[in-house]
Amino acid sequence: MATITTRWRGVGSAWDVARVRADFPILARQVRGRPLVYLDSAATAQKPGAVIDAISRYYTTGNANVHRGVHALSQEATTEYERVRALAARFLNAASPGEIVFTAGTTAALNLVAQSHGGSVLRPGDEILVSEMEHHSNLVPWQLVADRTGAVVRAIPVTESGALDLAEFERLLGPRNKIVAVTHASNVIGAINPINAMAAMAHDVGAVVVVDGAQSAPHLRVDVQAIDCDFFACSGHKLYGPTGIGLLYGKPALLEAMPPWQGGGGMIREVRMERSSFAPPPERFEAGTPPIAEVVGLGAALEYVMAWDWEALVAYEQGLVAEAAQRVRAVPGLRMLGEGADRVSVLSFALEGIHPHDAGTVLDTLGIAVRAGHHCAQPLMRRFGVPATLRASFAAYTTLEEVEALVAGLHQVRKVLA
Amino acid sequence: MAELDELYQSVILDHNRAPRNFRKLEDATNHAEGRNPLCGDQFEIWLKVEGDVISDVAFLGQGCAISKASASMMTQAIKGKTVAEARALFEQFHNVVTGVAQEKLPSKLEVFRGVAAFPIRVKCATLSWHAMKSALEHTVKE
Repeated sequence: MATITTRWRGVGSAWDVARVRADFPILARQVRGRPLVYLDSAATAQKPGAVIDAISRYYTTGNANVHRGVHALSQEATTEYERVRALAARFLNAASPGEIVFTAGTTAALNLVAQSHGGSVLRPGDEILVSEMEHHSNLVPWQLVADRTGAVVRAIPVTESGALDLAEFERLLGPRNKIVAVTHASNVIGAINPINAMAAMAHDVGAVVVVDGAQSAPHLRVDVQAIDCDFFACSGHKLYGPTGIGLLYGKPALLEAMPPWQGGGGMIREVRMERSSFAPPPERFEAGTPPIAEVVGLGAALEYVMAWDWEALVAYEQGLVAEAAQRVRAVPGLRMLGEGADRVSVLSFALEGIHPHDAGTVLDTLGIAVRAGHHCAQPLMRRFGVPATLRASFAAYTTLEEVEALVAGLHQVRKVLA
Repeated sequence: MAELDELYQSVILDHNRAPRNFRKLEDATNHAEGRNPLCGDQFEIWLKVEGDVISDVAFLGQGCAISKASASMMTQAIKGKTVAEARALFEQFHNVVTGVAQEKLPSKLEVFRGVAAFPIRVKCATLSWHAMKSALEHTVKE
């Protein structure tokens, strides 16, 4: 379990899930005549009223471009944009706001690192180490840059229990290894990887450490300085914020050495017909008009979650996912994937003789939203010998009653499809 | 609920459990693969076309109950048909499951009409049909 610090203020000692649910308007809706049971928060989390209102307020009273105008609206927008950057730095415990680049999401952040950092440092024969449990967005960008540079992508295997094989990781590490890019928590089986120790091991051979935090940031207290990673990527929309906005944390010296990723307005120092010079980070990596309303919405989301008592949240979510695992496992013919010790609020499972899509359709008719498919992690599906799984994922607003609805739904699935 | 019973009729579940013509066709003249990258469903279709007639058809692969049953029943529906009839049946089937037409399907295929109520599952029902159509254009190289 991640260490709990008292960096953020919190109220109360236990998690008041009913109070949290009241903040999310969508949870009041019905699906196919039944109350929505939303168990797909790992795909995208629902949004609290504070986020929806902030975006609406911005467009209603504050819309303007940032870093461009001398007029009042532009100045206000710029101030808010930079305020959210500082908030994001505090959320990830970065040392300064300048270490935070706004991106379109985790995928964009990882592509940025792969192409800009990877593209400029990788040489033929160099190695990029990923893991077998990566989301495609922390695998395919590395394959693309490997093709371009002559580098090689290698993978840390996953054990039957769903953990990374750390002995094999140690064996794979060596002087050729320039980048280690691993997920903090699996989007399929929820396994939390021992990222602090892995970062230290990778640094011992001089590798740069890239952490995909899309699934950890909503569930664990992330501290990029404690992890000591070189890059950390996460998405706003999984953090109760809007889609189209994500964060890339990077160590200043690395960001400073990186060439621009995309060219355009806002990322330059001086442009001449023959050549241009570029702004320092983070602006260097934010070409064009950024997603300003999304940044404003993310700011509201960060303020909302940073007011939570995270010790209570983590305890609640851990208790809920453990209880859910136990109850789901009791469904006849059900196989749980990767029963590792620690996991975030994600469960993946297969029902014997029943394809996940058919099960997902039956659950949908009961108002239960789960994900069915390969979850953009085909190598992990292959590892466990299944074409696809059902995935139930929880968030701060998920209740035990919803878990019970899922279990009842799975029994119904067996009845309909038997 | 009614829509669900309509989708998972016993004949579909039966074809899912025991798909017909579920084998490789050794003397196939035509072959194609159908793949849905979003869900990982994957089927291979083999046809034996003699003159203008599809004299034999078989398939292998994996997918959900809808896609597998659809592939199984598609093989039964086009076996013995001419190439032109198979193409026409593809159009008919496609129109019905996408809900753009209410025309009558050959009796056995009628069970797929319920798919129209689940737009996200249309691709499952049509995957093997697209593969069959593609196979008609791809002869097996010697």
